[in-house]
Amino acid sequence: MAADKVDPIHQFHINKLIPIEIGGYDLSFTNSALFMVATVVVAAAFLFLTTSSRSLVPGRLQSISEMAYEFVGNMLRDAAGTQGMKFFPFVFSLFMFVLVANLLGLFPYFFTVTSHIIVTFGLAALVIGTVVVYGFMKHGLGFLKLFVPHGVPVFLLPLVVLIEVISFVSRPVSLSVRLFANMLAGHITLKVFSGFVVSLSALGAVGVAGSVLPLAMAVALTALELLVAFLQAYVFAVLTCMYLNDALHPGH
Amino acid sequence: MFVTSAFAQESAPAADTSHAATEGDTHSGTSVPAEAHGTFPPFDPATFPSQLLWLAITFGLFYLFLKRVVMPRVGGIIDVRNDRITQDLDQAAKLKGEADAAVAAYEQELAEAKTNANAIGQKANDVAKAEAETARKKVEAALDQKLGEAEARIASIKANAMKEVGTIAEDTASAIVEALVGGKASKAEIAAAVKSVAG
Repeated sequence: MAADKVDPIHQFHINKLIPIEIGGYDLSFTNSALFMVATVVVAAAFLFLTTSSRSLVPGRLQSISEMAYEFVGNMLRDAAGTQGMKFFPFVFSLFMFVLVANLLGLFPYFFTVTSHIIVTFGLAALVIGTVVVYGFMKHGLGFLKLFVPHGVPVFLLPLVVLIEVISFVSRPVSLSVRLFANMLAGHITLKVFSGFVVSLSALGAVGVAGSVLPLAMAVALTALELLVAFLQAYVFAVLTCMYLNDALHPGH
Repeated sequence: MFVTSAFAQESAPAADTSHAATEGDTHSGTSVPAEAHGTFPPFDPATFPSQLLWLAITFGLFYLFLKRVVMPRVGGIIDVRNDRITQDLDQAAKLKGEADAAVAAYEQELAEAKTNANAIGQKANDVAKAEAETARKKVEAALDQKLGEAEARIASIKANAMKEVGTIAEDTASAIVEALVGGKASKAEIAAAVKSVAG
């Protein structure tokens, strides 16, 4: 038990709350699933309740909801144009989900949904899947022009196309690993410094005095993690917008 | 807090020795496959199906809820506000136009009033001048009349005087003739002579 408390990896353990197994697959309702539900409920309830008065002059909370809405809206319009606005609900959901999941993860004892590669990869695959499916639906084989940039000399073309294909294929990987690694690293660091505080303060008066340093570090890191939580949600949403732009305008 | 952590520290060695046992215990209790033992949790493939399933369920519901309920509402709020702002700006522009028109009308009226005032003043001036003129003319006429009467009187007096002068001349002439000639000249001759001299 004591080892668990100081073990920085312990927070990423997945515990089954309601075991479910269908067709040999373990589909249990775990703490991860619980926090996905919490994320969705918190985000949806916030957006729903703060806008329920529909005030013409918004209060603070309604302003936050409207700001988030317009923020993502402008981001998508800038990246993908007005045609891209059909993906607005998708990008807005992604942004809110990642942001709230990141922020919830900052609470002590809370599980961070986005610190698991499979979750971030699931979201990234959803984005790239949307891009590929919509790209082929809208442009047919013309979508493949995405891999053939304009104005490249013919003898360089095979190399450029190869690079473009690799860069496209690596997108879901980079998109998911970026978010996952940021959350994972941040939470491990936080846990390590907090662990120092606990271990040091157990050494008596000198230890308690010494633990001020890692405590200050943990506080500063919490602030940094708050920034990272927002920043990673933003980066995820911005990159999604840019990839969707490729689906809309593959010629560019 | 210090108490519990100190306690944890003290009991750490004991826990360390039983660590492997308890870990094995919990793992067997949660039926994690044997090969997953000790795997870094985020890379444990055994948890993937469950996480993907629940991600799909929660994110799917979240997407639908936002698309159907939240976004139309927030979008509506923002649209209504933008409409209202446009409307208010239009209203303000309209009111400003009205105010400008009112100012223009007022200035025009002021200018008209000024012109009218000038005209009235001019008219009054003219009337006063005309009245003064008539009064002057009347006075002048009266004076002319009086002058004429006076002149007529002077003339009549003069004529009378002249008449008297003729008689006096005749008398004087007859007296002179009597004294010089010694005879009496006839009155008719003398009168004729005086008249020819007086011409």
